[in-house]
Amino acid sequence: MPSKTEAFFGSVGRRVILFGRDVHYASKIINDAFYWTFVSPVKGKPVRVRATISEIVKAGYNAVPIVAVISLFVGIILALQAAYQLKRVGALIYVANLVGVSITRELGPILTAIIVAGRSGSAFAAEIGSMKSAEEVDALVTMGINPVRFLVTPKLLALMFMLPALTVFADMIGIFGGFLLSTTVIGIHPYNYFQQSVNALLVKDVMTGLVKAWAFGIVITIVGAYQGFKVEGGAEEVGRRTTASVVASIFLVIVFDLFFTTLFYYFT
Amino acid sequence: MSAAMENAIEVTGLRTHYGQREILKGISISIPRGKTSVILGGSGCGKSTLLKHLIGLLRPTEGKIAINGRDIAAMDEEELNGVRRKMGVLFQGAALLNSLTVAENVALPIREHARLNESTVMIMVRMKLDLVGLSGFENFYPSQLSGGMKKRAGLARAIALDPELLFFDEPSAGLDPVTAAGLDDLILKLRNVFGMTIVVVTHELPSVFTIADYVIMLDAGEVIFSGILDDLRNSQNERVRMFLERRPETRTYSPDDYFRFIVGD
Repeated sequence: MPSKTEAFFGSVGRRVILFGRDVHYASKIINDAFYWTFVSPVKGKPVRVRATISEIVKAGYNAVPIVAVISLFVGIILALQAAYQLKRVGALIYVANLVGVSITRELGPILTAIIVAGRSGSAFAAEIGSMKSAEEVDALVTMGINPVRFLVTPKLLALMFMLPALTVFADMIGIFGGFLLSTTVIGIHPYNYFQQSVNALLVKDVMTGLVKAWAFGIVITIVGAYQGFKVEGGAEEVGRRTTASVVASIFLVIVFDLFFTTLFYYFT
Repeated sequence: MSAAMENAIEVTGLRTHYGQREILKGISISIPRGKTSVILGGSGCGKSTLLKHLIGLLRPTEGKIAINGRDIAAMDEEELNGVRRKMGVLFQGAALLNSLTVAENVALPIREHARLNESTVMIMVRMKLDLVGLSGFENFYPSQLSGGMKKRAGLARAIALDPELLFFDEPSAGLDPVTAAGLDDLILKLRNVFGMTIVVVTHELPSVFTIADYVIMLDAGEVIFSGILDDLRNSQNERVRMFLERRPETRTYSPDDYFRFIVGD
């Protein structure tokens, strides 16, 4: 029987070793994903264009309606909440600034990322996970096809392209939502609202939002792929890993958001 | 002919672990070239693990796996891919990619390893599908096929690049006797007509006696028999006889042991 101290250090050690292995595995996937996406095409191993387009349709185009509805509502909500405070100081026109800036800098990218994490991140984990449990990943390896190149690269390219694209779309619809509410319920003249928005928004507001969205796309793909490739057992584990991928990617999206927001606060 | 030429695969002192548990306990086997070798054994004896090592999916803790005289356990991924080009594998569940049609599945290794124009690829695909008796199913998706057809499609993909070595993981698992016998016929045909070296992992005795030239039997991570089919029939090894005569494992406890076992001591 080991003593209590020994058992304590033993369990800490085992956890650290397991964690170290996870970190190693995650960095291997990140490394492989970037290698097969950016380096190997130069060396004459092209990416799968048709698969990439199909991923773009699945992850991007099919997400348009839900992104539109959610950002419209958030735009309206934001305008209402802003008006609630601003009317006390008689500064209702600043609703336009608040809606415009917060949507483009923050809410557009993060809402889109959360929607995509829920739709596509989970789908990536489930797809790769069930392929892993059906030995399809092993089959790819024995055919000499790198599974990361075959499965992850198209998804990575699709999200790196579609997340900023969806964000631009969400920005526009969100601002339109604020505009809609302000011009009807609050009674701001449409032209004034438009002018105010244009004056308030800077190119850098939109650009920092898009840089964030691009990074979120990478985070969501890598987390989904990592959880998928970690599947060892059957259907139950696929389910567990899918859930874990959504939770982890939303968490990491927010961590990265904090990082980028801090960075942009000091350096733009 | 030297020994390395007679044997396509030479495994020496292969020792593997799954976590802390030792699965293969230092086994040494040789797979003769141009013959059908069957790796036989009960569930959990390590035969699937052995197969995964032979096709380079798992790395051994210790030991050498020489394919055509070159140790694959010491190779990096890129060298290993060179060896894999000459291998075909049919997995237990066929492992067809569900998002692709049958033809696209068969074309996968061809497109990956050879630069051919589209019409040549399709001709090769149709040839392989015809060989396994699946002409006309090019545009079906795997989910639309029966179990036996999936295996045939998986086989067509495995032989797409005319491999020297062909591996089967439980080919008749989950198939009815007629379909299983059809698959056995195909395995015989591939050996006779194309001279492939075939390795089959199975526990189905009827199919062993139809297809095997050479038999390796594993039990609890150790080789308990290796030799030709006739030697297997005449083997006097107790575990081999139990397997061949389908006798159940009888474990007898003494009353004391049984008591200790049920109180979990």
